[in-house]
Amino acid sequence: MAASVRLLVRQAIRLSHRNITVTAAGVSARPPCRCFSESAEERSTHFGFETVPEAEKAKRVYKVFENVAQKYDIMNDAMSLGIHRLWKDMLLHAMHPQPGARLLDVAGGTGDISFRFLEYVRSQRERQQRRAVRFGQTLSWQDISNSYSTIETDGPRESTAVVCDINKEMLKVGKEKAESLGITAGLSWVVGDAEELPFDDDQFDIYTIAFGIRNVTHIDQALQEALRVLKPGGRFMCLEFSKVTNPLLARLYDAYSFQMIPVLGEVIAGDWKSYQYLVESIRKFPSQEEFKSMIEDAGFYCVQYYNFTGGVVALHSGFKL
Amino acid sequence: MWLLIPFRWINRRRHCFTVSKVVCVQQLRSSSTEFTNIHYDGLYPGHIPTTAVQKALLSIGSGVAALQNPYRHDMVAVLGETTGHLALIKLRDRMRNDPEGYAVLTERPRIRLSTLDLTKMASLPDGSFGREYLRFLEDNDVTPDSRADVKFVDNEELAYVMQRYREVHDLLHTLLGMPTNMLGEVAVKWFEAAQTGLPMCALGAVLGPLRLNASRLQSLFTSLGPWALQSGRCARCVLSIFYERRWEQSLEDLRRELNIEPPPVIPKAKKKT
Repeated sequence: MAASVRLLVRQAIRLSHRNITVTAAGVSARPPCRCFSESAEERSTHFGFETVPEAEKAKRVYKVFENVAQKYDIMNDAMSLGIHRLWKDMLLHAMHPQPGARLLDVAGGTGDISFRFLEYVRSQRERQQRRAVRFGQTLSWQDISNSYSTIETDGPRESTAVVCDINKEMLKVGKEKAESLGITAGLSWVVGDAEELPFDDDQFDIYTIAFGIRNVTHIDQALQEALRVLKPGGRFMCLEFSKVTNPLLARLYDAYSFQMIPVLGEVIAGDWKSYQYLVESIRKFPSQEEFKSMIEDAGFYCVQYYNFTGGVVALHSGFKL
Repeated sequence: MWLLIPFRWINRRRHCFTVSKVVCVQQLRSSSTEFTNIHYDGLYPGHIPTTAVQKALLSIGSGVAALQNPYRHDMVAVLGETTGHLALIKLRDRMRNDPEGYAVLTERPRIRLSTLDLTKMASLPDGSFGREYLRFLEDNDVTPDSRADVKFVDNEELAYVMQRYREVHDLLHTLLGMPTNMLGEVAVKWFEAAQTGLPMCALGAVLGPLRLNASRLQSLFTSLGPWALQSGRCARCVLSIFYERRWEQSLEDLRRELNIEPPPVIPKAKKKT
């Protein structure tokens, strides 16, 4: 009882602190931007550098990803020069999932994180089995045949990955990719909204959202849903584009983003506007520290962030305790 | 009908566009994957303002993409838009100096299935321009609505000239009697290069023959090519003709008026699969 009261008091203090800092700064870069000059029904938010009604943002984001789904992976490689693969590998390395873990990959779209997760867990399991065999070299014939049978029936729990995305086109592309890679076991595809997940409470060990949370209209709701579906002890991990700290790198990054990326979008995918939205939405996303406090407000503990590539991408991690 | 569009783009960090023209909000249906918004940034529906750097990158990128995959018509279109500024100005001036061309520039007709009266055109006699155009569309299984909208031209009038050039391309096929196979397209490109001076046409004219086999190359260089170039040089500006008012005119008559000789040999038209 006392613990929950303490939690509420801590949250209230943190909220009041943030309000003070926001008014002191003058300009709030936190989405969604609530312009209370309009009536409550017509709250507006940002879509890239445009201001749109909140109801419209989800529709427009859906349209963007519907258009880019077919060329999504090729464009990722072209835009980041293949570095996005390293970022995702680093996410998995930080996650260090163990066999038996259940992953929920929200905004998982084409399944990059889930495929890596299953691969990682599979190699972990192989390593475990090899270790078990090594230490069991002097076993009797009976014990050895028993250990073979456990490998087949897989006594300990299988790891599963659930890919959840609001966009059916992205999931379709992901499924085709899974089939071509030959990954079928332990993978499921679910259509769902990050702000309202179609899962029960306390279901997953790990919740990831990679390069998806900046497209969500109400990020705080998505964070609360993440808290809900995670098991106690579960980990929330968010990979997202963030603010570059080094000023020289920031200038280069801006120039590259605004000059090169829409051009690549037009040439490779035939869609300038979607990629213009992409680079603008990156600028509208809060900084590492702000997002960290948003995650703490949702109720996560031990929130940390790691910068990759000088702050171009940040990995935020928190635990549900 | 005339609306002042607020230019939020002026507030953006990197891009300061000194645009202050009023834009006519015509509900032109765009064929590309656009958001269906009444408010659009730019000078005309579908306009995407670009910096010089972006235009340069676009022209290089679209050139490479179009060479790799000639079926990427949108890349050919983008190449034309980003490289054709000077040629478009010259074309526009030619149109202005011609009374019929001036009428085209002011009235801004568009050639789309929705604006064409297909039943009336089908009822026209054989040999008339409208009937032959319809026959061309049916034989080659093409539609005038497949032309991409202009996006990267930063002047509203020049954008219309570019759009008109694209829409007149099919009519040129009819006028020149060329089918839509590779040889026919290259012949039309040679004509257009001589007529308009657009760098994209010149590039297509030079690189198109690389994809032809030996017999077609021979046909191109000996008869079709010289005829196309000669006609292109001598012909009246094809963009200045108000085609929408000339459907009943006989094709031969129109060719004579435009100083276009009939084709020496018609390459076999293949049905598009």
